[in-house]
Amino acid sequence: MDKTSKVLIVDDFSTMRKVVRNLLKQLGYENIVEAEDGLMALEELQSQKIDFIISDWNMPNMTGLELLKQVRADESLSKTPFLMVTAETLKENVIEAVKAGVDSYIVKPFTADVLSEKISQIEKKYG
Amino acid sequence: MDVKYINPFLEGTLHVLKTMAFIDARPGKPFLKKDNAVGGDITGIIGIAGSVKGSFALSFSEKCILRIVSNMLGEDIVQVNRDIADAVGEITNMVSGAARQRLEAMGISLSAAIPTVVTGKGHTINHVLGGASIIIPFDTDHGSFVADVCMGKEAD
Repeated sequence: MDKTSKVLIVDDFSTMRKVVRNLLKQLGYENIVEAEDGLMALEELQSQKIDFIISDWNMPNMTGLELLKQVRADESLSKTPFLMVTAETLKENVIEAVKAGVDSYIVKPFTADVLSEKISQIEKKYG
Repeated sequence: MDVKYINPFLEGTLHVLKTMAFIDARPGKPFLKKDNAVGGDITGIIGIAGSVKGSFALSFSEKCILRIVSNMLGEDIVQVNRDIADAVGEITNMVSGAARQRLEAMGISLSAAIPTVVTGKGHTINHVLGGASIIIPFDTDHGSFVADVCMGKEAD
């Protein structure tokens, strides 16, 4: 994973997609696609190679957790780095996401520094 | 309504606006709301469920929300549009999350629904419980807004 990687931002709020997109651009990522929910994200994942997923949790049609489980269950997608960015703070939800194979978890609201640090950790993990 | 619910929403509001929009809001004295009018030009409202049920709303003056969203997105937005409505929903969602995180530390576990947004001068909102709610007024260098908290009694 490097700055040329294709990043998929999944969030039902266009504001948050734009905030994350702006921060990714500041970090040097230019290759960015967006989806409004888990179902649309799966369509993107099936139509093109995505290197990194940043997803909200609480979305209509398909939640971020359901998306994560589908990604991990699909042999061709299962190694895709997955960062959850969400207002969900219940401990049992965080534990469930970890069990489902999330690489990292950020609670909204977050600063640019926090997102940068988490992405840096994932870059190191996946090389 | 138990006043213990007020501070988590007050602190959550300050935290979200400071972190995402770099705005220092100044809270005023909370008061009991007397009617359904919220006072703002655009309002986000979200249902909350768990050991206690209720709802929470944030209602912004036009001037205030235009500055908040402009700061969040790093671009000047000069009129209320779909982007602003979307942002109000997400801000409401984030404040709800920040407040629920604080309430969880008090032993109260809650989940939230997906927020809805109402726009227009002089609009009203109805909380699901229909009971009394508490208004927390806020002032900023860019205009005013209010938080409207309506929480029921904890289940045994």
